[in-house]
Amino acid sequence: MSVQEKVRIPAQRTPKKKVALSEGKKQERKLGWLLCAPAAIVMVAVTAYPIIYSVWLSLQRYDLKFPEDREFIGLTNYVTVLSNNYWWTAFGVTALITVISVTVELILGMGLALIMHKTLVGRGLVRTSALIPYGIVTVVAAFSWRYAWTPGTGYLANLVSPDGAPLTERASALAIIIFAEIWKTTPFMALLLMAGLALVPDDLLKAASMDGASWWQRFTKVMLPVMKPAILVALLFRTLDAFRIFDNIYVLSAGANETSSVSMIAYNNLMKGLNLGIGSTMSVLIFLTVAIIAFIFVKLFGTAAPGSDDGERR
Amino acid sequence: MADIVLDKVSKKYPDGTVAVHDIDLEIADGEFIILVGPSGCGKSTTLNMIAGLEDISSGELRIAGERVNDKAPKDRDIAMVFQSYALYPNMTVRENMAFPLRLAKLDKKVIDEKVGEAARVLELTDYLDRKPANLSGGQRQRVAMGRAIVRSPKAFLMDEPLSNLDAKLRVQMRTQVSRLQKQLGTTTVYVTHDQTEAMTLGDRVVVMRGGYIQQVGDPQTLYDRPVNLFVAGFIGSPAMNFLAATVEEDKLRTALGDLPIGGRTRAALSGADAPRQLILGIRPEHFEDASLVEDHQRAKGYEFTAPVDLVESMGSDKYVYFTVEGEHASSADLEDLAADAGGADLPPQDSLVTRLSAESRVRDGADAKVWMNLDKIHLFDPSDGRNITLTDEKAEV
Repeated sequence: MSVQEKVRIPAQRTPKKKVALSEGKKQERKLGWLLCAPAAIVMVAVTAYPIIYSVWLSLQRYDLKFPEDREFIGLTNYVTVLSNNYWWTAFGVTALITVISVTVELILGMGLALIMHKTLVGRGLVRTSALIPYGIVTVVAAFSWRYAWTPGTGYLANLVSPDGAPLTERASALAIIIFAEIWKTTPFMALLLMAGLALVPDDLLKAASMDGASWWQRFTKVMLPVMKPAILVALLFRTLDAFRIFDNIYVLSAGANETSSVSMIAYNNLMKGLNLGIGSTMSVLIFLTVAIIAFIFVKLFGTAAPGSDDGERR
Repeated sequence: MADIVLDKVSKKYPDGTVAVHDIDLEIADGEFIILVGPSGCGKSTTLNMIAGLEDISSGELRIAGERVNDKAPKDRDIAMVFQSYALYPNMTVRENMAFPLRLAKLDKKVIDEKVGEAARVLELTDYLDRKPANLSGGQRQRVAMGRAIVRSPKAFLMDEPLSNLDAKLRVQMRTQVSRLQKQLGTTTVYVTHDQTEAMTLGDRVVVMRGGYIQQVGDPQTLYDRPVNLFVAGFIGSPAMNFLAATVEEDKLRTALGDLPIGGRTRAALSGADAPRQLILGIRPEHFEDASLVEDHQRAKGYEFTAPVDLVESMGSDKYVYFTVEGEHASSADLEDLAADAGGADLPPQDSLVTRLSAESRVRDGADAKVWMNLDKIHLFDPSDGRNITLTDEKAEV
């Protein structure tokens, strides 16, 4: 996603300047394209082709269990999926997980970022230890959470509900999934936010305290507005990431008791059900949702792609 | 408005370095005081301690008679202007200036009035709805000033407020700052490393070095009666010339020749502990083309002939540079000054800078006969930099 963003933004700006290009500028542009070409070709090969191919598959009835029934059926698959409760339940679950985990991560991540930013003693140790969860492979972490929440053997299950099996009930299972997600990616959020904190000049905070601002006023009226671009980028990354949640659910509940995310049911249809048509349709829908989220962030909130220099706020 | 008193104020960092040593300073109500010195001299630390942005390690700080050591910056009722201006990028000029008033929970109408008034004084009325990013450096600087004056605080603190401006604008703003301060009559502490700024702006100037106050006084006193080598070399542009001098019987032996020891210098050297090895300091304007000196003046000075290196004609007068052969003046203070090239533009060690009348006919490469005013020389003890001519003058008074 992010690579596409970077490519797209300069491309949008070109028409304005396209009035009259000098010979030198033309040459420069040509060289630019040539330099980009290898990367662009690889991108097309590994992302554009699969995307287009899955769009093509989504327009067909194509179940590997009945390969002879393969047929072009237009948008029928989309009608099937979008009129299905199963899909909307998964969509709701995904949205719920995304909203709650990103919100909590933002708050915790901000706290962590502030601590890491302020810490003078043992800064390296604090940062390293805060980053450990992010360094652990998601599946491995998910397994350790599963064991922890398994009745009988798990220390957390025994502690919280000695009689129940939290992973087998919808609400508690979702809560555990969200918890695992937050535990795992808060450090990432904190890291992005800390980069944003570094953007707030010290003088600005000093000036605010001279102007009579309390700590909270300095935070909300000076730090947050100045950090806004960094916060939006962090939110964008995490929202896109959270919406595609798969591994935590796969390991923790395997999607039982209506805890499936959209990625889970797409996987189930594609890999387990071998229904390439429906599975591809779901994949395309996920892709579209993610694209819409990115679009909202970039266009409506004015999130600047990291590294682009037009991050100026209006 | 209030007076500010620093009573043996020190700043010691946890790692043991001492940035400011026992500073005693009384700043009168309405006074414009300048802290000046090379980088690392403790002037900004002192300012930050007054502001409350840095803790005071020992000593007492009183604003309007009240001890404020433990008060948060926001409770000290002082405003500060930063070198970087520190304007809030997300707010318009109006919002920036209104920010301290809004935090003070003032009435909306009062805020509008005060901001409007400040904007008028600073000629910012047309820019009130712009964001700082769309302002020029000078305008930003004025917004920063505006944010300070809207509150009518007890005192203004300014941390090198003009050093991010280009040279021409800096001179303009200097006048404006000075006029504004006179108009408002608010106690102002102003930090700069630029001695020209210090000389032109302040009622009194505090020269600092290595965390110690070297000398406090009005600009003319610092210029005419520097207490030591450091102040003498730091204040003035072009800087004072320094030459090694040896006392021999009735003469001062220098690279310019043997100077007679006159009444003033004789008194200074008559003390039993007066050193034999000295550093002689003389400002460029105390030289003159010998042919232009009137007869009754001539007797007070000493004439020498030297080859001219370079003539810079400034229109009103001429800067003439000479090369001086012989022993160089050397002292820890002079090395410090030379190291801080930004603070003082000391001439190279073997060069002598003189400021002669515009009518002078001296030319590059030719020999020139130059007169120096012996009444104006200073003699410094190389071991501690003390101005020995000055101590004696004081004794005479």
